[in-house]
Amino acid sequence: MINSPNLQSSTTHLKRMGEVSLWNLFSGYILVGLFGFGGISASMYYIAVDKRAWITPEEYTAALSLGQVLPGPGLMNTCIIVADKFHGLKGVFLALMGLLLCPILILLALVTVYDHYSQLPEVQHATYAAAAASVGLIFGMGLKLARAIIKSKTAFFFMASAFIAIGIFKWPLFETILALAALSIAVGYLERE
Amino acid sequence: MMDLDLLLSLAHNFAKVSLVSVGGISVMIPEVHRQVVEMNNWISNDQFASAFALSQVAPGPNILLMTLVGWRVAGWAGMLVATAATILPTTVLSVMANRLESQLIHARWYWVTRKSLPPLIVGLIFSSGIVTAKATGLDALGLLIVACVAAHFYLYKSNPLISIMVSIVVGVIAGWLGFL
Repeated sequence: MINSPNLQSSTTHLKRMGEVSLWNLFSGYILVGLFGFGGISASMYYIAVDKRAWITPEEYTAALSLGQVLPGPGLMNTCIIVADKFHGLKGVFLALMGLLLCPILILLALVTVYDHYSQLPEVQHATYAAAAASVGLIFGMGLKLARAIIKSKTAFFFMASAFIAIGIFKWPLFETILALAALSIAVGYLERE
Repeated sequence: MMDLDLLLSLAHNFAKVSLVSVGGISVMIPEVHRQVVEMNNWISNDQFASAFALSQVAPGPNILLMTLVGWRVAGWAGMLVATAATILPTTVLSVMANRLESQLIHARWYWVTRKSLPPLIVGLIFSSGIVTAKATGLDALGLLIVACVAAHFYLYKSNPLISIMVSIVVGVIAGWLGFL
């Protein structure tokens, strides 16, 4: 290798610089936010790959898996990673603004209307049903992921431990997950040996 | 005058939650509920449940739940602090990870970590289901909606918003008929 690793790492993220204009990026992220009902995973794919063709499906998958392995909101991470590839920190800032501004304004409008009419039985029943449906979506997503991921006794053990510790016993997330993750990674190393 | 201690506490709690929540917002819900409802009594269970429902109905990233909780706790300042605290630490990590990716993919710990964390995430997602179900205070009809939506989402590739909209219609009609 000719380049030192450090030099390489500081330039690769900008290798696509300029291929997508700042306005294209910003307006695209506005649409990702506005079309993102129930989370932005579908709308991000639609805009970044299908509609605007910023990146290929393979690049999207790579950015997605990198975003998911990082802490925090996984799809936001993916959006940030994609923006960084084209315009560095400027792109990241515009991506965050584009993703959040319109949805926050819509949400606040929704909350204001909700607070005004929250005494109406119809509004209460609608909110209750929406919350129940969202709970159902969480369980459905959990089941889908479990089907794909939980394929060994070890995996089941860690899933069950996390569920019992956080969902049932309500232990503090920070300490519990650090401990469980360390244990899980240690077991991962041992199983590979 | 804003309560600075409250905002700092909000920032500290949400940043900490965000930094260990591999798997996204659905993983954060139990801890956010524990912090803002159970430990600090910043908002009520009902407010949390309605914030959860509203953030699901509005478009945009799921992180809007944190935005809305911040808004309920401390208005505009709380909203900004909650959103920034959730996003900024992980933004820095994402940018760093993107720039170091060419090195990461050769590191063994990176692959071991990628293989080891998903089972924990699944456990945390089920935890979120339990915590939000309890916060919402589900009765028989609510549990029926949960079961139907979960089964439908599990079995078919469908747009989540359609499930939510159908459920809302069912809920309003059930209310008129006196089932709720």
